[in-house]
Amino acid sequence: MLGEILLTLGVVVLLYVAWQIWIGDVIYGQTSRAEAQELSAQWAQSAPVAPAPEPTADPETQTVTYEPAAVPRDEDGVPWAIMRVPRWGSDYEIKIAGGVSKPRTLDRTWIGHYLDTEMPGEVGNFGLAAHRTTFGAPFARLPELRVGDPLVIETEAGWYVYRFRNLEYVRPDAYDVLADVPQAPEVAPGERYITLTSCSPKFSMTERIVGYGVFDSFLPRATGETPAALTEGLI
Amino acid sequence: MYAALWRILPGPWFVKLLIVLALVAAALYGLFMYVYPWIATTFVPDGGTIQ
Repeated sequence: MLGEILLTLGVVVLLYVAWQIWIGDVIYGQTSRAEAQELSAQWAQSAPVAPAPEPTADPETQTVTYEPAAVPRDEDGVPWAIMRVPRWGSDYEIKIAGGVSKPRTLDRTWIGHYLDTEMPGEVGNFGLAAHRTTFGAPFARLPELRVGDPLVIETEAGWYVYRFRNLEYVRPDAYDVLADVPQAPEVAPGERYITLTSCSPKFSMTERIVGYGVFDSFLPRATGETPAALTEGLI
Repeated sequence: MYAALWRILPGPWFVKLLIVLALVAAALYGLFMYVYPWIATTFVPDGGTIQ
């Protein structure tokens, strides 16, 4: 009798390990993606009636650019955007919510936005954090990114496309990575950056892995198009 | 414990087996969807943030 109980407890503990490193992420990942898809579909339905803003065409290269739409400041624990990263799969869609608290954002399988960093498209740094393991592990594949990979932020207004630039490994207190110019807090902001942070090594809290990107373009939803960055294929 | 459970279950052996499989599935569902997430949010530290 006692033996059977102990054996059962042993199996339950081993199953926890399997859940923590594998099964749980599969379950969380699927629900999280489905949630994001639903929100994206909602935005597509309620497409803004306002006409598309005037693009600026470069006479030399014939490329059309739009001024990025301003995003209102976000609230703690409230999803307001969706992140898509083709390198992590064409079905990779995860919600971004305000704040980086575990109970209100990260442990709800979302990507968290450091509230004291900029909003997408703004001059300065748009800082994000997410789990590298557990709770759907949105940033599990951060080290797989290659230079130039699109990092697409979808909001109700449209798509903000950033391009991945480089990775860095830092101590957990390296707050400078979130500075307007990453790692250079004394430099005046001029460019638009994105910074992704997560734990490193996997299952550890001793260091942080940091991915940087630079702003590429904005595509308003009112144009009725989707950004080429999502479909162009990877190098 | 498990021998007693097997005896209590009604029907021939294959019916018992079906019931046992259903019970196991229910237990796994409860663990994966409720118990383990609760443990992970309550006891396991895992910070991906810079502070």
